[in-house]
Amino acid sequence: MDFTLKKEHEMARALFREFAEKEVKPLAQEVDETEEFPRATVEKMAKAGFLGIPIPKEYGGQGCDVLTYVMCVEELSKVCGTTGVIVSAHTSLCCDPILTYGTEEQKQKYLPDLASGKKLGAFGLTEPGAGTDAQGQQTKAVLDGDEWVLNGSKIFITNGKEADVYVIFAVTGTVEKRGKLLKEISAFIVEKGTPGFTFGTKEKKMGIRGSSTYELIFTDCRIPKENLLGQQGKGFNIAMHTLDGGRIGIAAQALGIGEGALERTVEYVKERKQFGRAIGAFQNTQFQLADMATKAQAAQFLVYKAALTKDQYTQDHKTAYGVEAAMAKLYAAEMAMEVTTKAVQLHGGYGYTREYDVERMMRDAKITEIYEGTSEVQRMVISAALLK
Amino acid sequence: MKIVVCIKQVPDTKGGVKFKDDGTLDRGAMLAIMNPDDKAGLEAALRIKDEYGAEVTVITMGMPKAEDVLREALAMGADKGILVTDRVLGGADTWATSQTLAGAIRNLDYDLIITGRQAIDGDTAQVGPQISEHLNIPVISYAQNIKIDGDSVIVERQYDDRYHVLKAKMPCLVTALAELNEPRYMTPGGIFDALQAEITVWGRANLVDVDDSNLGLKGSPTQIAKASDKVRKGAGEKVNLDPTESVDYIVGKLKEKHVI
Repeated sequence: MDFTLKKEHEMARALFREFAEKEVKPLAQEVDETEEFPRATVEKMAKAGFLGIPIPKEYGGQGCDVLTYVMCVEELSKVCGTTGVIVSAHTSLCCDPILTYGTEEQKQKYLPDLASGKKLGAFGLTEPGAGTDAQGQQTKAVLDGDEWVLNGSKIFITNGKEADVYVIFAVTGTVEKRGKLLKEISAFIVEKGTPGFTFGTKEKKMGIRGSSTYELIFTDCRIPKENLLGQQGKGFNIAMHTLDGGRIGIAAQALGIGEGALERTVEYVKERKQFGRAIGAFQNTQFQLADMATKAQAAQFLVYKAALTKDQYTQDHKTAYGVEAAMAKLYAAEMAMEVTTKAVQLHGGYGYTREYDVERMMRDAKITEIYEGTSEVQRMVISAALLK
Repeated sequence: MKIVVCIKQVPDTKGGVKFKDDGTLDRGAMLAIMNPDDKAGLEAALRIKDEYGAEVTVITMGMPKAEDVLREALAMGADKGILVTDRVLGGADTWATSQTLAGAIRNLDYDLIITGRQAIDGDTAQVGPQISEHLNIPVISYAQNIKIDGDSVIVERQYDDRYHVLKAKMPCLVTALAELNEPRYMTPGGIFDALQAEITVWGRANLVDVDDSNLGLKGSPTQIAKASDKVRKGAGEKVNLDPTESVDYIVGKLKEKHVI
């Protein structure tokens, strides 16, 4: 077992950090305040290749591993959770299922533009009645000649209005399983601008406020028959497998938010003086920091382990990484919430104001315990594997 | 088209400066970055490559760890990297450095050589123009814009209050200012490729038409009398005088210190 990073990962981390500090950090507060999608930053990330990190070169990607992608999301999220999730949703939830389940034609058609960042990706599974219970899908797709006709809506879609390519799930029939009639779910690729595909309301969120979270509405939206992603009826498996990967991205986001809050707090406690001493000189502060750093380190190990396990899957198409991903997301998200809460506490009254980054980080951290599977769902995944 | 870009690994000013006993920089003990003017020169070369198509070779003289700066350049998009390293080349001043680089470049085909204006560690701005002298090609320094026009380059040469537009037939050498452009970031895939790429390593034996007397510390006319990492400022002096006396006093002090 080797905990030393390879030279390419060290260099990539330095690159992501420099980019985050120069291009992302100066805008983080404004993005949060205005709730505006950071389009200019996304264009810069596209130019630097950040939107196609684990996509093979033959499809226009960077041809790097999952660990490099995870480090990118981690470093971006240290300064801006919004920017971290934009990359994560695009890469893990849109590029990855097309790469894994797409036909050669679909890969050739969509991946080069997605990997170069010319187009942005999104993923639509959640519905008002189908959150953790993904089987509760209401959106329907009916085959009519050479076209699928979609009707229904999706909510809480990250990169919602800003994306160009969407992986969408819909009910395509029913299937009998052990005497029960279950919904047959299939996955589709839908492009922005398709007639009948419109946007509903924009969510007003507690955190990651620049990430463009929208409702997607499909009204007699006709897409070509060949836009079915994977086999008909395999949508549920595609969604679950995609979310296994997505959870590693969100775990990296949570990790970054926690680490970012720790960095800000270490700087702050050295400067803030009370009772004639820097507050970092008090043992309570020291013990809090020690706990925060230890948990952040533990989270990093879990997240990197999950990334390396998914890399193994990329090689052999066999290795399962769902449990590793669930553990990484569960722990990193809870760490992020705990560390950011402590960071605000150590900042005192100032930490409760928007002048200090930790206030935003605490709000950004909360969503990591909820989306792409709540912490409770992660516990279900982990315990199910134990009790199998 | 073939472009050679000379780049230098310089101490990162954030990491502190350390000296050896002979007064030269202890480069091994310091954090290092690509010199900013050189990075702008590299970006200029890469933009020419993007627009017109070109092969970009980066070359550096330094210790073996200077290879890092070559790999960074490859990760940004350069095609080949050459490291000129040899114990006998150590401690070189601008004269010995330019002799070394010219000796290495004589092995290469090139249309254009781009160097940074000056390095942030020495601040001499001499190496680029000296290389052009050794190679007997034209030089245009302080470039704030570089364009290709057939077999010539058109360069905006910066002055304090204006710029000149100069045209030179290639092959020629241009020295670049950091203000020339905003250098691109490395790409993640570029990093992975750069670490697999082979770096050409040359030593003294590979230098063409250079005499030993022009190399390394011994071949350097510059003698460093003393070096320190901080200029210590005195507390200053306060005097209360009327305006006429003040002027006389200040002029007297300046004369005393040979400033005027």
